[in-house]
Amino acid sequence: MEQHTLSASPVAAPEQTSAGPRLAGDLAIWFFILAELLAFGVFFAAYAFTRANNIELFDAEQAALNRNAGALNTILLLTASYFVVRAVQAAEHRLSQSCARWLLAAIACGGGFLMVKMFEYAAAFEHNISLSSSPFHMFYLSLTFFHFMHVILGMVILVAMWNGARAGRYGPGDMNGLETGAAYWHMVDLVWLILFPLVYVIH
Amino acid sequence: MQYKSQAVAMPYFIAAIGLFVGQIIFGLIMGLQYVVGDFLFPEIPFNVARMVHTNLLIVWLLFGFMGAAYYMVPEEAETELYSPKLALVLFWVFLVAGAATILGYLLVPYATLAEMTGNDILATMGREFLEQPLLTKIGIVVVALAFLFNITMTTLKGRKTAISMVLLLGLWGLAIFFLFSFYNPTNLVRDKFYWWWVVHLWVEGVWELILGALLAFVLIKVTGVDREVIEKWLYVIITLALVTGIIGTGHHYYWIGTPEYWQWWGSIFSALEPLPFFAMTVFAFNMVNRRRREHPNKAAVLWALGTGVMAFLGAGVWGFLHTLAPVNYYTHGSQITAAHGHMAFYGAYVMVVLTIISYAMPIMRGRAANSNKAQVLEMWSFWLMTIAMVFITLFLTAAGILQVWLQRVSDTPMSFMMTQDQVSLFYWMREWAGVMFFVGLLVYVASFFVKGETQPAKA
Repeated sequence: MEQHTLSASPVAAPEQTSAGPRLAGDLAIWFFILAELLAFGVFFAAYAFTRANNIELFDAEQAALNRNAGALNTILLLTASYFVVRAVQAAEHRLSQSCARWLLAAIACGGGFLMVKMFEYAAAFEHNISLSSSPFHMFYLSLTFFHFMHVILGMVILVAMWNGARAGRYGPGDMNGLETGAAYWHMVDLVWLILFPLVYVIH
Repeated sequence: MQYKSQAVAMPYFIAAIGLFVGQIIFGLIMGLQYVVGDFLFPEIPFNVARMVHTNLLIVWLLFGFMGAAYYMVPEEAETELYSPKLALVLFWVFLVAGAATILGYLLVPYATLAEMTGNDILATMGREFLEQPLLTKIGIVVVALAFLFNITMTTLKGRKTAISMVLLLGLWGLAIFFLFSFYNPTNLVRDKFYWWWVVHLWVEGVWELILGALLAFVLIKVTGVDREVIEKWLYVIITLALVTGIIGTGHHYYWIGTPEYWQWWGSIFSALEPLPFFAMTVFAFNMVNRRRREHPNKAAVLWALGTGVMAFLGAGVWGFLHTLAPVNYYTHGSQITAAHGHMAFYGAYVMVVLTIISYAMPIMRGRAANSNKAQVLEMWSFWLMTIAMVFITLFLTAAGILQVWLQRVSDTPMSFMMTQDQVSLFYWMREWAGVMFFVGLLVYVASFFVKGETQPAKA
């Protein structure tokens, strides 16, 4: 049965059929995801407007960023998302232990992302890069740190799902929790896929 | 009433309404002082009237929140209050301390009051909204801690619901952030920086949790919609409130000497602060539209819906008007701020306290809802006060736009006082709207004394 309780009518929702589109995960998480995307979107727009007035400064400071670290992190997050997809597919086939293993792999990738990012920050702080050192640095640190915090939150959710999977909580009839968390994780990934080219690459 | 001990909420609600009346009287006095500068001078100077107006607001809302908690927590926890006696003792302590503080403001010069109450031991006075003497501040902390102990123990021994958890989180946050009122660094930038941790993180942080919990409680009761649905909304709303509101503090850090990045952080996050309020409006209407029962208390439903709409307008829209740094550069500290402050406090916090009073008071008086006659009168008071507040807000906004133009944008800017003369017409109109608000408030009080046929409350 559908679990979009946020909008469920008082009448029992009809049994899920293969016909027609279906929203994966709980409706509530989609409100939350849209709000998150709006926050990042506003931040990106502010970046674009500020850059338009300081193109040379932005290009010069952008060139000093470690693009390899950024690319490595992109691969880590994309891989984590792939693992989360495999976890959801495993749960649909009642393979709880396999689901848990895929989730653990995704958590490891997330951890890898955080490690790379921390090395990047350490290098930046060594070069006296701070929120006040330039407009580009302000955006670089704010955007990546705001995203960093989202990776941490995403990993907390993945750990909760990992616990659920090990307890055998998910299956074909009960995918809501897993899909809800997976949707959030994909959002974290998606934001990075815009953030990385925008801040590290495009000039 | 399901639990006998819920009745301790009654004196809290009565005191709240009484102090509300006092707040509005002082609002009218200072509203008049805007245009008749020496009105009641030297007995009640403008700064004293303003202090009493704002402090009474905060104190009566706190009475309202505490009353709401004492009413809601036993019902949510499905058990009697841990200690009804403690709740009653605290009521008298808080009332006497509050009254003594207000009398202190009115009867003694502020500097003398500071000397009398130990401000030389730990200087905490003299800051907007935190003017209370040291003794009062300590009293507030003691009362808050004992109150939190009481309701936390009640929750611990009973059922733990999402609503009571959100309410407790909000109330604990309220107490914890108040502690920053004791921190008063000599550096003015740091002073202001932490001052906002009380003021902003209250009204745009933890109070929103209290607001969400109160609204959710009343909506469950009057609509009969599944708790699960309402709780999910509550989670979404409080998450949005915290995500936007905490870093949104930055919109107070634009021009006080803090680093420039706050202009970005403050603008971006506080631009999103209308979201939780918008969600609250959709929430309230959605739940009422999908109601599974017709609750006899129509007035409570009206207050709940009104809270959603007016909180969104006052806190959300009027906040957004001047929250972006490039706009705020011109508007900060003008009558636009006052317009926002009035409608946001009324729409969010006054109305939600009146919602819970409207729902709970008849039940505590032994009936499911007041008589039709009393409810009609209460609904009249709703419309009178709400429309009056819309007018107050619009007139202050007009005054604010004119003020910003004459004083800050124009090629030949006027001085502050010359500008005040130019906008006096709007101050007069605001004062008359204030009189209308006061009439609405009197009608509200009168509605408690109207008799008529009622249905008994379910046990």
